Amino acid sequence: MINLIIDGIKTSVPDGSTILQAAQKVGIHIPTLCAHPDRNVKSNCRICVCEVEGSKLLQTACSQPVFEGMVVKTRSPKVIEARRIILELILSNHPQDCLNCIRNVNCELQHLAKEYCIRENPFKLKTKGLPKDYSTPAIFRDPNKCVLCRRCVETCTIIQGVGALGLENRGYHTMIVPSMGKNLGDSPCVMCGQCIHACPVGAIGEVEYIDELMEAIADPDTIVVTQIAPAVRVAIGEEVGMKTGEMPMNKLVAALRQIGFDYVLHTNFTADLTIMEEGHELLQRLTTGGILPMFTSCSPGWINFCETYYPDLLDNLSTCKSPQQMFGALLKTYWADKMNIDAKKIFSVSIMPCTAKKYEAFRPEMNASGYQDVDIVLTTRELGRLLRLCEIDFDKVEPSEFDPWMGDYTGAAVIFGASGGVMEAALRTVYEVVTQEELKDVNFTETRGFQGIKEAEVDLNGTVVKVAIANGLSNARKLMDQVRAGESPYHFIEIMACPGGCIGGGGQPITRSNIKREERIANIYIEDEQCAIRKSHENPEIKMIYEEFLHEPLGHKSHELLHTHYHAKNKRLI
Amino acid sequence: MAEEMRVVLRNYGKINPLKITDYLSVGGYEALKKARTMTRKAVIEEIIQSKLRGRGGAGFNTGQKWAFAHKTQDDQKYVICNADEGEPGTYKDRMLMENDPHAIFEGMAICGYAIGANKGYVYCRGEYPHLITILKTAIYQAKQHGILGDFDIEVRTGAGAFVCGEETALLESIEGHRGEPRIRPPFPTQKGLWQKPTVVNNVETLANIPVIIDKGAAHFAAIGAPTYPGTKILTLTGDVNNRTFFEIPTNTTIREVIFEFGGGIPGDKKFKAVQIGGASGAFIAANSLDTQISFDAMSAINSTLGSGAVYVLDETRDIIDVTTRIARFFEHESCGKCAPCREGTARLHELMWKLNSGRGSAKDITLLKKLGRVMSITCLCGLGQAAPTAILTTIERFSDDYEAKLM
Repeated sequence: MINLIIDGIKTSVPDGSTILQAAQKVGIHIPTLCAHPDRNVKSNCRICVCEVEGSKLLQTACSQPVFEGMVVKTRSPKVIEARRIILELILSNHPQDCLNCIRNVNCELQHLAKEYCIRENPFKLKTKGLPKDYSTPAIFRDPNKCVLCRRCVETCTIIQGVGALGLENRGYHTMIVPSMGKNLGDSPCVMCGQCIHACPVGAIGEVEYIDELMEAIADPDTIVVTQIAPAVRVAIGEEVGMKTGEMPMNKLVAALRQIGFDYVLHTNFTADLTIMEEGHELLQRLTTGGILPMFTSCSPGWINFCETYYPDLLDNLSTCKSPQQMFGALLKTYWADKMNIDAKKIFSVSIMPCTAKKYEAFRPEMNASGYQDVDIVLTTRELGRLLRLCEIDFDKVEPSEFDPWMGDYTGAAVIFGASGGVMEAALRTVYEVVTQEELKDVNFTETRGFQGIKEAEVDLNGTVVKVAIANGLSNARKLMDQVRAGESPYHFIEIMACPGGCIGGGGQPITRSNIKREERIANIYIEDEQCAIRKSHENPEIKMIYEEFLHEPLGHKSHELLHTHYHAKNKRLI
Repeated sequence: MAEEMRVVLRNYGKINPLKITDYLSVGGYEALKKARTMTRKAVIEEIIQSKLRGRGGAGFNTGQKWAFAHKTQDDQKYVICNADEGEPGTYKDRMLMENDPHAIFEGMAICGYAIGANKGYVYCRGEYPHLITILKTAIYQAKQHGILGDFDIEVRTGAGAFVCGEETALLESIEGHRGEPRIRPPFPTQKGLWQKPTVVNNVETLANIPVIIDKGAAHFAAIGAPTYPGTKILTLTGDVNNRTFFEIPTNTTIREVIFEFGGGIPGDKKFKAVQIGGASGAFIAANSLDTQISFDAMSAINSTLGSGAVYVLDETRDIIDVTTRIARFFEHESCGKCAPCREGTARLHELMWKLNSGRGSAKDITLLKKLGRVMSITCLCGLGQAAPTAILTTIERFSDDYEAKLM
């Protein structure tokens, strides 16, 4: 242990700790901007500078290791002066556009400006005047607002292994730019949106579709139907002042009705359906010598990644559409018929924890219903904005249930939201289909948790099926490289583009730390436990759709509506 | 009358740099042979005893640096010769590489032996393309003669970024990344090139090594100023009669440099200021001319010795204009990694430009002082920390010139 004094407080911390860690221990807050709890120390912004006795230079608390007898001052006039000047410098190169900004009141720079009483900036405001990049339907960039903390670059390169963002130019002209192209659309960006979580300001955000929604709601001839993904519920509370997982589903359904949705359905229904189709596809591949390992296909960021970086492995991908797109295709066919509604009048809205889903909905092949299957996709954050916009008071909301035919779901669908969930749900069904025996314990705990790569084995009537699960695309790379080299021991691989799975999706409430992701995961499994039915094939509405409409998994109708094919992206890569 | 003393430039003009036999004929590589008969610790101890300090500008004790790298256990270590000579007005390293490349390699090989490194790099500035041929030829000859033994030397070139002279940015550049400084600690002697213990020494520093091994630490320590012994190559530019280079003992005063070696100011004009150490250096007024050209003496007058560039201004020069150009230089050369340097150098230039064009106010000077003060203690590397030096020292020492330009 190392003994030191911070602002007069004696403390001791383990060797190798930084000043920032030591200060946290004694409850002293040191402001930061480029620091991120789950990322490397960059020490770029210099906001966290402190005085260390014996040093002429100020030292950054994020990077400076403590030493025996160290005396630190974190709030001396010299330190405050330095921090204010640095903040004024950063602010002088940042559009004073807070009122219109997607991160208004949720911006680390704005917060610092408030903390440090920045009033009249002595430096003349000079911004870059560059156009915003709206080249993708999912994510926009505003290079003018970038404060060059580089958290996005690090996330994209190290956590996601995508490398869509890089640095260009030098000094005052330094910019973060999409690599190998002028805009994000040309870059290898997979639209996972993890950079949005990394960004401390409003330089990257989701493309919003709130106006389109409001227009549809306002039109009396349009029937607005929504599907809501399982990972949304556990996180949406964070947007409206509740704890993670605290939002009751039935209150959320009621709130959606108050906002003006005509029908509220659940993506969980097609999550269960995905298990039916994907589970049978796996069995087919296992029994007929098909291409293995099979990869899950419900994470559109992962699909983009595979199409970009592993086009040679596209045949390993399950042909199942994601639950969102299965839902979209069925909504304007099966459901419209059941409800006796003209499919033309349906405006299909999907509420997702995901930014890549926005892109997925716009894929040209996603029109199996004869219309665009999903018209717009809103993120959890946009839902939060809608709830605030409509001033929903959850204390007074009367609970409400999902509308019929595509609103019923099982615990197996709920866990789709967490990394390993699709695998577990599939195993619950596949086990019973193959063995024709009841699965005594539905909990496959090896598939759960936040670690990047997990693996498990299941004995199906004497056949040992090896499975692996990766979350975060740099982890996916490890498994993919193994497959490419012909060395993969697995039969089935689940991949989720985002760390932790959909609960950590690019459209979720801004999370600075993985602890939040773990809380959300815990809540997903609580919800699963509370479900009366926890196996997809036991969902009564699923049974019904096969009886009435689809007839059998992987059947003719399924192929028409629920399965798809993939295309190599042929992008320039670094 | 002070006299030149050629220690580092001992072979200047006497040998053909492209002929290793010339270097060998004047006793070249004898020090390396001698060092290899000594223990590693003894070699390091000899360098420590000589009190040799880095000639690149930071003035760190060379032997200590070696000792740190020696102490760090690793299967691979590196020696790097920092030849990214970028300070405007400095060309001492170029002189050495052009005229006596083997003296540098000998220094590197001795260092390699002392710390246990078998690989060395010469990181040469990209603007010296003609030197690459000389260096490569010399390395080839040394290898042909088997003189370096298992110590390998490779030449790497920069791409024109001033910041790559900063040792950690230099490491990044060799590794193929953007030339940007790293956070310290860890120091290069702990985790340097490819995370391996690395000694980065300046060209002039390394050229001193064979002399110390050959003649002994005591001999070297007796030359010049006691805390910064040896000689220093100075390159004179600006308003002096002898715009050339000199190697002088470090107890020589600035006055002697300008008025004896430099032959005074042309046209019988009066001295106004001298900037020592390149663009990063302080401007020194007439009242400090009796300061010795040694690291500590210069520090004592809030100035630096830096790379040893001596830039003299006569009474007719517009010091605000000169300082504005220096500010522009730093704006151009900032790497953009840390906020105070990236934004600060641009603002320093903006404010200086305003003052220089007669549109500035006293408020701007106050702001410059505050910004400069903050930058000098918060920037990530020496570039940003030194960027405001010229501005801060001219505001302090030539305030009348600023007053005269106010709106």
